[in-house]
Amino acid sequence: MKMLLPFVAVMALVAAALMAVNVANLHFLFGVAIPYIAFAVFTAGFVYRIVKWASSPVPFRIPTTCGQEFSLPWVKQNKIENPSTATGVIIRMALEIFLFRSLFRNIKAELRDGQKIVYGSDKWLWLAGLAFHWTFLVILVRHLRFFVGDVPMSIAMLEHLDGFLQIGVPMIYITDGVILAAIGYLFIRRVLLPQIRYISLPADYFPLFLIAAIVVSGILMRYIVKVDVVGVKNFTMGLVTFTPVIPATLMQGNGAWFFLHVFLISVLFAYFPFSKLMHMGGVFMSPTRNMINNSRMVRHVNPWNYPVHVHTYEEYENDFRDKMKAAGIPVEKE
Amino acid sequence: MAKFTAKPKDLINIDYTTPKTEWMDTPTEIREHMFCHATKAKDLETVEFPNIHEWRPQDEDWKLPANWEQTILQGMQDLLKKYRSFQLFMDICVRCGACADKCHFFIGSGDPKNMPVLRAELMRSVYRGNFTLAGKILKKLAGARKLTPAVIKEWWYYFYQCTECRRCSVFCPYGIDTAEVTMMARELLNLLGLQLGWIGGPVANCYMKGNHLGLEPHTIKSSVEFFLDDIKEITGITIEPTFNRKGAEILFVTPSGDLFANPGTYTAMGYLMLFHELGLDYTWSTYASEGGNFGFFTSNEMAKRLNSKIYAEAKRLGVKWILGGECGHMWRVIHQYMDTWQGPADFLQEPVSPITGTKFENAKATKMVHIAEFTADLIKNNKLKLDKSRNDHLVVTYHDSCNTARGMGMLEEPRYIINNVCNHFHEMPEDTIKEKTFCCGSGTGLNASENMELRMRGGLPRANAVKFVKEKHGVNMLANVCAIDRATLSASVDYWVPGTAVCGTHELVANALVMKGEKERTLDIRLEPLPGKEASE
Repeated sequence: MKMLLPFVAVMALVAAALMAVNVANLHFLFGVAIPYIAFAVFTAGFVYRIVKWASSPVPFRIPTTCGQEFSLPWVKQNKIENPSTATGVIIRMALEIFLFRSLFRNIKAELRDGQKIVYGSDKWLWLAGLAFHWTFLVILVRHLRFFVGDVPMSIAMLEHLDGFLQIGVPMIYITDGVILAAIGYLFIRRVLLPQIRYISLPADYFPLFLIAAIVVSGILMRYIVKVDVVGVKNFTMGLVTFTPVIPATLMQGNGAWFFLHVFLISVLFAYFPFSKLMHMGGVFMSPTRNMINNSRMVRHVNPWNYPVHVHTYEEYENDFRDKMKAAGIPVEKE
Repeated sequence: MAKFTAKPKDLINIDYTTPKTEWMDTPTEIREHMFCHATKAKDLETVEFPNIHEWRPQDEDWKLPANWEQTILQGMQDLLKKYRSFQLFMDICVRCGACADKCHFFIGSGDPKNMPVLRAELMRSVYRGNFTLAGKILKKLAGARKLTPAVIKEWWYYFYQCTECRRCSVFCPYGIDTAEVTMMARELLNLLGLQLGWIGGPVANCYMKGNHLGLEPHTIKSSVEFFLDDIKEITGITIEPTFNRKGAEILFVTPSGDLFANPGTYTAMGYLMLFHELGLDYTWSTYASEGGNFGFFTSNEMAKRLNSKIYAEAKRLGVKWILGGECGHMWRVIHQYMDTWQGPADFLQEPVSPITGTKFENAKATKMVHIAEFTADLIKNNKLKLDKSRNDHLVVTYHDSCNTARGMGMLEEPRYIINNVCNHFHEMPEDTIKEKTFCCGSGTGLNASENMELRMRGGLPRANAVKFVKEKHGVNMLANVCAIDRATLSASVDYWVPGTAVCGTHELVANALVMKGEKERTLDIRLEPLPGKEASE
């Protein structure tokens, strides 16, 4: 059920989009209205979530230290894994965000021969995760060519690099294959590893299926069903300039695939702020990673710190004065 | 309750298969030897905790207060607003499972609810159901569930199977720290009066008497005097430490466990011998006679109430700075919490070693130095005369305490000390030390006797690494810098790897320390004959 339901949901979204444009001619709703709404929900939702996190204070300085701290001058500090300066934190965060440093550390524990526990390096999740996120980013950036008048050099360069294998016409993008493989790995891993299957929720399968459907519809359009690219560019330019037009070439034949693609992306955008996908923003704000380990050097202030009821020395001495005197321990009041 | 009798060969037969039913539909069974007794009402009254009532974990009815549901939800709301960590960690987990096999309790038990991700989901599911739109509408589909008394029991059972060791946080791509979630859960359970005896008792003791063990001032003094007799027997030297002395340069605070039971007592003897040899102008305090902080395992407020004594006493006695003994969670609290709670400590001075003149830059705000930092500096500056051969009967390995490793990063100083006082030192496998160190399995107030199966299961990964170096290098001594380690590793190592002893780092220092005017040593700190010296007896 945890897997089936999200699958059915994505298939239903696909069917809804195809029927809406092919049967009901709802091109404007699915091509213009829904994308605008989705983008608005995404922006507002994303900002709301970040503001909500930011409005919760960080009362204590709690970095998870993963190396030697700043200590005596001759003790070699690990300035990145246990940063004592802002620069160290910036490097630590950059490694985390761009290279998934913590996942790279992954090891696997196994009970062998029923008596010893052994640990082995396990970097597949890191590799697949990194491949998925980077190819997603490259594909997103490639798509910017549809949203600017003249395609900038940088995007053209990126496309060139992405297609450096020079296979086929149109050129096959490496990222298209890699992202499918990565999604496939992330899905199969979730299904095959019993512990991971056990912890998985529908909310873990849904975005995987949805993104897979977006990728597949894009690949179909580029390599197989062929949609009028000039029409697409006219359409997307219309969207970003708030003068939406739906070119006639997209209203017929293979044009439906394009509206499917746009609709699924809209669903992803609208779903994003309400889902675990918000880890994209959250990773920047994690106090165990983005704080300097200098709490014995620089005072950290807790905005809600309040006075508490304590048992004072005076009360203590009142309880034990005679015993203290008998034992020769100094007291304040004889 | 029957005695725990399971044999190691049976206990290591761990079942890692997942149940046929989804975790939300799998009821939690409160199993004997896996949980601690409930606290006594009088202990909770001492510290004015809420909703004090008599109950037993094994009973069907926990006699929750009438408004228990509202108490929990209001409590969650408050904590979400107070801690970004809690709010964020409820929201951003993607259930990648990188943390799953990093938890010592999961490795040792195979229980899927001991995977850090699932432990946190026990809380997240309630969070979603009550605080998120998707959870309110989609219910179980969005991973949400209702708060019921069964959920409270499940929380209690599993959040007292987490030792807040932070190993999962090292591996999480977002740094999600189950320790934070467990702290929040325990704070919530405490609101319902569901406290452990082994935590409530020490907290009450510490509040009234200054230390977890409830040692009264004269008892502290006589315990120390008992050590002095042993030191005299070993070295021929008479030591006269002071207590609650005004005008001392340094206040020394250590966990009270070191004054109470072996092998911690040997570590305490090490402190006494070292300070005497240096002629250090320091004092013990009977009021601030606890470095550890079991309040930290109940609520943030209680932790602060107990911790307040250290600065208060330093101020009263007029010392310049504070030196802290070997302890794990004590240092998490001192390093990451104390100054924020009680500071600024402007009545103290930036710590400077009176022996070497070294400024402890890394402690300039808190003004509290770890004794391993202090001693490493002494050795580096050749201020100690050391005879390593007095530890030649020991083949030593070093266990990083979770808190000093992952909540501070003190990794090299203890190793430097050990390498300078011992000839035979071997590291355990790389994946089990430093930031990847394993918990002893009994931290955060779980070092009771009625939960022995839990402790042995949680202690398995550490013990297994000890076994590895024992077989490879003949290791017979497991050194550490943590009072709970000294108390609990002894039990788990005895169970899994018989024949290995446990010691504090300063016990090894004391063995090697050549003191001015000492007689020829024939005994080690444990009053056992030094090898090769038996004949001269």
